[in-house]
Amino acid sequence: MIVFEYDHTFDGLLSCVFFAYEQKKFPDLIFSESDQKPLFIEEQYYVDTEIEKSKRVWKALEKKLSKFARNMMLSVWLSELPETAMLLFRYIRKSIDHPQGIEMNFGDDDVLRIRDIAQKVATDAHKLVQFVRFQETVDGIWFAPVSPRYNVLSLIVPHFKSRYAGQPWIIYDTVRNVGLYYDTRTVQEISFSQKDLAELKSGKPGNEKLSDEEAFFQQLWKEYFQSITIKERINLKLQRQHMPKRYWKYLPEIS
Amino acid sequence: MNEKTLEKLKILADAAKYDVSCASSGTSRNNVKGGIGTASGWGICHSFTPDGRCISLFKILLTNHCIYDCAYCSNRRSNDVRRTAFIAEELAELTIEFYRRNYIEGLFLSSGVMRNPDYTMEQMLRVVKLLREVHRFNGYIHMKAIPGASNELVAQAGRLVDRMSVNLEIPSETNLKLLAPEKDYSSVFTPMRFIQQGMLESAEDRKKFRSAPRFVPAGQSTQVIIGATPDNDKQILTLASALYKRPSFKRVYYSGYIPVNTGDSRLPILPTPPLVRENRLYQADWLMRFYEFRANELVDDAHPDLDLDVDPKMGWALRHPEFFPIDVNTAPYEMILRIPGIGVKSAKLIITSRRYGRLTSEQLKKIGVVMKRARYFIVCRELPMQTVNELTPQYVRRQVSRKQKKIAAELLQYSIDWGE
Repeated sequence: MIVFEYDHTFDGLLSCVFFAYEQKKFPDLIFSESDQKPLFIEEQYYVDTEIEKSKRVWKALEKKLSKFARNMMLSVWLSELPETAMLLFRYIRKSIDHPQGIEMNFGDDDVLRIRDIAQKVATDAHKLVQFVRFQETVDGIWFAPVSPRYNVLSLIVPHFKSRYAGQPWIIYDTVRNVGLYYDTRTVQEISFSQKDLAELKSGKPGNEKLSDEEAFFQQLWKEYFQSITIKERINLKLQRQHMPKRYWKYLPEIS
Repeated sequence: MNEKTLEKLKILADAAKYDVSCASSGTSRNNVKGGIGTASGWGICHSFTPDGRCISLFKILLTNHCIYDCAYCSNRRSNDVRRTAFIAEELAELTIEFYRRNYIEGLFLSSGVMRNPDYTMEQMLRVVKLLREVHRFNGYIHMKAIPGASNELVAQAGRLVDRMSVNLEIPSETNLKLLAPEKDYSSVFTPMRFIQQGMLESAEDRKKFRSAPRFVPAGQSTQVIIGATPDNDKQILTLASALYKRPSFKRVYYSGYIPVNTGDSRLPILPTPPLVRENRLYQADWLMRFYEFRANELVDDAHPDLDLDVDPKMGWALRHPEFFPIDVNTAPYEMILRIPGIGVKSAKLIITSRRYGRLTSEQLKKIGVVMKRARYFIVCRELPMQTVNELTPQYVRRQVSRKQKKIAAELLQYSIDWGE
């Protein structure tokens, strides 16, 4: 078995592609330090990440794949699933080797899998857009804890930035312990200490941290949620289908 | 805002809940400088209530006072319910506060009729004006046009909101007059026509001047109540398809009748709301809008009502076995769309993928085709399977409807004690 070891970055993965074509060695497995080391290694190569080379691979892909397909690849990367490195490698290789490209061949397992994962990631990002709930803090920053399945925070920035342009906000991923802070001009990454994180995970910052009116508006929203329900049509299964329980954690109307 | 606001909110949300529409789609708006809000172009649902319905817009009545006495409505004047009204400033502020917290996409403002239609419309217009001009709110607004209000007021509203709607409520005029003696179809169709005219004029102006104001850019919609009157599905779907021919019409909503007023002999007594029928009507509506079906293909004089056991597309396919089997590797897109178990998405994937080689049933499955239903109607790369023609439509019907009955039964679970 031929294996590549890389630094677990997207540029690193593209460098692996460059290396493979340069050396005419195609890996059966690509892994990084954090993964378990595979058995039965015949040849192992450590691939250095070189931005120049990764750029050249990306340029080549721009000729073979539409922008839509390239965005799908980036989404697949954000899924952080263990299969992504090899899946993307195979997809890139097929795109390069096939004269017309393979983008539209949904009869191919890898093409279909890329589309499926990209769709799952997009759905997860969309669920955030739907279910993010801001709470107004005493210092006038609107705070929203989230716990997405995939690493999708970067995908939702444009939406919230334009929608709440004049409203400073923090959207915080409590799973990955990383958040985005928008100060009404730019967005930057922030990270809380472990001690603060424990409190944030509950989704309910202490009352002294919230504005005077916050609790009242949450109560109004809760009552509205109750009143707008048609009791003769209760259908909890349908509710969960649209709004799976794992998104309920930070919803004031339900929890 | 205080405890009183909370009481008003409860009463006026409860009174608004029977309006089905909640869509926030059809327009995109960018943020204005110093303002708040955008509209994304496609709808975003922000929550789902225990009845499984989406909350996208803050759906609320301005007041539940009403001068009319419509038999199907919980706000009719002869009902003994608590009446209240929002002050325009209060409702505008509430909308903004909900919006800031990402609870909603915008406002859906409706109202009972106070004093007269024009007075009501003026009050509603004040809320919308406050939102757009004072709060510089650029999210979505859907506003009811009050039947009988003057054109001038509808025109003012149309320049501020994204969508307007006038509800037909009852699918035939004779039955409408029976249940709501003070209303008739002309009071509904007049504002509908006016809205359409405004939209077309604005579109025309915008061809010449890009900065010409938009008028109801997300189009109009309407709602009909299902099961409160003996009108059949053929009448309903014919009406809907006539409405969809108008360029301004985006949606017709179907609302299964819930007996809000007991003891009125003009209304039927239903043990449960007709949810399966409502679902079938939505499926048929979908087929008309996205699958190029005509109303008279789905229902006709021989079958005036949709089949509750199988979905309308399957129903059509079983009545027309001569159309099948269809070879997915050669048939044009429109024909593939007609196969039960294949939706718009899988039809498109089939068209693009088959250029790389003939598709097998295994590949079709992975693409997303529901083979349980499609298998009786297609030919793919393998030897032809037994199709509807060999097996007979009756046999296929038994095979697919037994399962569909189970799904339908699950839809009907609503015996949960709410405990008030």
